[in-house]
Amino acid sequence: MTPAAITPATRPNDEDYGSANLGHLLVPDTLDISHKVILYLEGVTVSFDGFRALNQLTLTIDAGELRCIIGPNGAGKTTMMDVITGKTRPDSGTVFFGQTLDLTRMSEPEIVHAGIGRKFQKPTIFERHTVFENLELAVKTDKRVRHSLRARLDGLTRDRIDEALRTIRLTHLAHVQAGLLSHGQKQWLEIGMLLVQDPRLLLLDEPVAGMTDAETEHTAELFTSLAGRHSLVVVEHDMAFVAKLASRVTVLHEGSVLAEGRMEEVQNHPRVIEVYLGR
Amino acid sequence: MPRSVFAIRFLGFFWFGLLLWIPPLHAEWDPQLARMLASGDFDSRIGAIRQLVASGDPKVEGILKAMAEDALAVANDRLLRHSEGITVDLSTGTTLTPPLPAMEMVSINNRIRREIQAALALLRLFDAKREVRLTAAVALQNRATPEMVAVLERAMEKEQDPEIHDYLFLGLALSRLNSPDPAQRLTAVRALGDSSSPTVKVTLTRLLQNTQEPNDNVRKEAKTSLDRVSRRLAIGEAVASLFSGISLGSILLLTALGLAITYGVMGILNMAHGELLMIGAYTTFAVQTQFRAHLPELLDAYLLAAIPAAFVITGLVGVVMERTVIRWLYGRPLETLLATWGISLMLIQGVRLLFGAQNVEVANPSWMSGGVMPIPGVVLPWNRIVITVLALLVLAATWGVLNRTRLGLFVRAVTQNRAMAGCVGVPTSRVDTLAFGLGAGIAGLGGVAISQIANVGPDMGQGYIVDSFLVVVLGGVGQLAGAVWAALGLGIAAKALEGWVGAVIAKILMLVFIIVFIQKRPQGLFVLKGRQAEH
Amino acid sequence: MSDSRPVSLPIVLPDLPPPPRPALLTRMGWTGLALFALLAVVVIPALHLGTAPSHPLHVSGYAVTLGGKILCYAIVAVAMDLIWGFAGILSLGHGLFFALGGYAFGMYLMRAIGTDGVYQSELPDFMVFLNWKELPWYWSGSDHLGVALALVLLVPGILAFVFGYFAFRSRIKGVYFSIITQALTYAFMLLFFRNETGFGGNNGFTDFKRILGFSITTPETRATLFALSAAMLIACLLLCRHLVTGKFGRVLTAIRDAESRVMFIGYQPLWYKLFAWTLSALMTAVAGALYVPQVGIINPGEMSPANSIEIAIWVAVGGRGTLIGPIIGAFAVNLSKSWFTVSFPEYWLFFLGLLFVTVTLWLPGGVVSLWSRLNGDKTS
Repeated sequence: MTPAAITPATRPNDEDYGSANLGHLLVPDTLDISHKVILYLEGVTVSFDGFRALNQLTLTIDAGELRCIIGPNGAGKTTMMDVITGKTRPDSGTVFFGQTLDLTRMSEPEIVHAGIGRKFQKPTIFERHTVFENLELAVKTDKRVRHSLRARLDGLTRDRIDEALRTIRLTHLAHVQAGLLSHGQKQWLEIGMLLVQDPRLLLLDEPVAGMTDAETEHTAELFTSLAGRHSLVVVEHDMAFVAKLASRVTVLHEGSVLAEGRMEEVQNHPRVIEVYLGR
Repeated sequence: MPRSVFAIRFLGFFWFGLLLWIPPLHAEWDPQLARMLASGDFDSRIGAIRQLVASGDPKVEGILKAMAEDALAVANDRLLRHSEGITVDLSTGTTLTPPLPAMEMVSINNRIRREIQAALALLRLFDAKREVRLTAAVALQNRATPEMVAVLERAMEKEQDPEIHDYLFLGLALSRLNSPDPAQRLTAVRALGDSSSPTVKVTLTRLLQNTQEPNDNVRKEAKTSLDRVSRRLAIGEAVASLFSGISLGSILLLTALGLAITYGVMGILNMAHGELLMIGAYTTFAVQTQFRAHLPELLDAYLLAAIPAAFVITGLVGVVMERTVIRWLYGRPLETLLATWGISLMLIQGVRLLFGAQNVEVANPSWMSGGVMPIPGVVLPWNRIVITVLALLVLAATWGVLNRTRLGLFVRAVTQNRAMAGCVGVPTSRVDTLAFGLGAGIAGLGGVAISQIANVGPDMGQGYIVDSFLVVVLGGVGQLAGAVWAALGLGIAAKALEGWVGAVIAKILMLVFIIVFIQKRPQGLFVLKGRQAEH
Repeated sequence: MSDSRPVSLPIVLPDLPPPPRPALLTRMGWTGLALFALLAVVVIPALHLGTAPSHPLHVSGYAVTLGGKILCYAIVAVAMDLIWGFAGILSLGHGLFFALGGYAFGMYLMRAIGTDGVYQSELPDFMVFLNWKELPWYWSGSDHLGVALALVLLVPGILAFVFGYFAFRSRIKGVYFSIITQALTYAFMLLFFRNETGFGGNNGFTDFKRILGFSITTPETRATLFALSAAMLIACLLLCRHLVTGKFGRVLTAIRDAESRVMFIGYQPLWYKLFAWTLSALMTAVAGALYVPQVGIINPGEMSPANSIEIAIWVAVGGRGTLIGPIIGAFAVNLSKSWFTVSFPEYWLFFLGLLFVTVTLWLPGGVVSLWSRLNGDKTS
């Protein structure tokens, strides 16, 4: 992979996002959501030493959708995210971002630049950098060595970081070392790092683990407000939180989709009760 | 043992009887012969020497030796030995005083000197000592002439030892090969087909190449024989090279096994591993010294005592290392690397102060010298065989400890999930200490093995550390089987490459290969597959 | 674990303050550096050249050579800190780059001997000794200083780039990287020990006579090389400081702390690591090139794994990730080495070994952290 391959794709401004499906101009290496679907997974299988973490998983996410994924431990939720972000290569199956981008052929940074951001289950932030520096590292910009060697912080970037700081309510802690934050604040910082990347699709792995009720409430509001402009996939164990998001819910079990629908529908699904909720 | 003693005794009697039997024909030398020896032209003098040898007279040796030392003199057809003013009659053995007036010294040139050497070598075939006869018979292979046929036939008749007999048989065939009689040559080439000596291959090849051989029949037979010899030689070479590869592999395995536990299973990057080998080797040296001083009659058994001693002492060094330094560095591999390197420097200097900076001499016990010959021409040295067996035993013991004992179960539990193991009552810190001690002790055993085949000095460990790491890394961490395959594979490949490009380049190529290999399969080799907690 | 803890942290700032950007150097830093530059580039050379040996302020030739040697080591320590302290990559093969830089410059010095060697041949003595009739192709052009200087940079630079590219691309990290760098330098050492390799085998290069026409042993040359080494050290320090205080440095430390996270915010760690790695190798090679004319010899022993690992201890003793610490460490360790090897030669290895152990166990931040601890600074 050459450095040129990881330049951020030129794509329309955020304001044009909603109208992207009007035209049908095919630009190589850019996201094409002309069919209103932002993510396709089809027949994806991943096995580790004979254990099938994903088994013929097929799933689609619409542009602007907020989707919750639930499922018991070992259902394949994290592996699914690994596959989408290029960390794990599937043994078989296809993964497409929009109509044209084959995620199984792209490296992790390329996938980020195409517009997919991920928050890990365990908050992974740069503990020895300040909150501000964490956001500065994440902010959408030219991320090649050449650029970093003489990068200066410009006003636009500053504004974007300030805005993110307000959104995640960490403005007053901007110059504190990130390692000193509480668990919930670290979760938010990581969400903030996602926001400044301005991704089209956000993958959020257990985003409210370790948050207080008030913080959880705020996160739910934030996610709901992001939906529409961005697409979100939220993996969560906290059923109250999932119910609050009031989105479509997909239940994973043993590496494939068990049920899909609104929360009440899923909760009443007999198979789901059997393998998961009924326990 | 008793059998060979008997054989020697028997041979002694036989020889003695033979002496009695030889008719006293030569109480007086044939004057003709003496004259020819003293004053003929060089060709006739060589002929005389050959005649003397063919006669089988035991006094011939004295004449030839005197001649070789420029001490042979002739007076009135009597052969005398005259040196440092003393004259001895060679036929009677009496000292003559004063020396005879008409004595004339016999002078020789290099050609005759060579002839005398060959003749003396031939005479050694009748020596009473088995070793002397064997050496003479082996030396014969390179200079067999048709004139020797008679002597060799007689030697073969008398020879009882099967091994010497084989050599004589070969020598006879080689000398017949130079005979002018095609029938003799035909017998010779047929007989040579049973040989597995490289000399025979060269001889037969030369015979066919230069078309010296006029007889078609002999040539055809020679071709068949050559093929048989070549095939046998090729097999021998392959066996020898495979064996030295396996032998190197078992040394690599012994040096790496300890590391397979400390690094492979426990994840401790111990740069002082080579020094643990060194301590094992020095323990062997110390045990040997003690045996020499106090139990000289049991000296051959010192190695048996050195094995447990080395295990215990290096094991203790390992325990101390773990307790004082390593345990504070768990989870910090780079720091462990530096700290253990520091320990290695201190160990080297400590040994230097205790034993001196020079290499010390560790001798093989006598039962480890020599070797066995599974097929003719291939000698497998005993010390290498013993080391291979030792490697297998240590491997079996290590495997047993890890898979069949409670300690092994604990070690595996702790390395997989320290916190959980602690929760279910595994004494994690004691397990760490014991496991590291075990790994160190095994390194000590490796040191015992190395002391038997390589130099023992304070710096010796440095040469093994890179190799040991590469074996463990190549084999895959946490797998004894991987280490075994890697050690054997590296050993055999290294030996094969050595024969092809030389030792240094072979070593460099192996390093490059491993560097490339790690690039190709980095993570898969080092970590157990599966979902990782760390991203 | 901290679910119900209210947000309370020691420092609460009212509103967005301007982001604190670490300056290239603090005011004190600049002052210190200026003093050091004055001392090393002007005062010491002047005292060496301008005073009589009996004068109390005279700096002896031995001291200047030792100082110059340690200045070169300090450059290596700074280079090592860039890659180990800031990118978390412990190289056990930097001795190789140092030696290659030294060998490349040594080739020029060998050619500059001309016909003044023992055999009075145009060829270097060891080639005459091996009965070689002409220079091997890779020696061509080495009699020009410019070519030699280019080789000093190109050979280690290309080697570091290629090796680093493959290693980092395969995501080899931590101790595995350390071990294969050690194997690399070990392989090169074996290669250079061979006479056939064409670099003097065991003995390497020695008996240099002149450099750019000046005799290599005169006090003037010695003082010049000393000042050059000091200037190079200052340049490397400033360059590294510039890199690590900028965004590049923040990405580098982020890679050190959580490499996969860096990938998931869109950076390609390969190129960052490779840049730092290659730059570090280049600085080390330049140090090697400055070292050889001052000590007058280069041989394959410089590539031994022990030499490379010693570099790490300079950095560790001084304080990793501080740039200034490694310089202090290089001076402290090497001055003690000179003292020990004269006064207590048999105890030097004990001391060095102990240093490895104590620093890793009790002083992970190096002596620099000691200083800040004394000042009551509780951070980190």
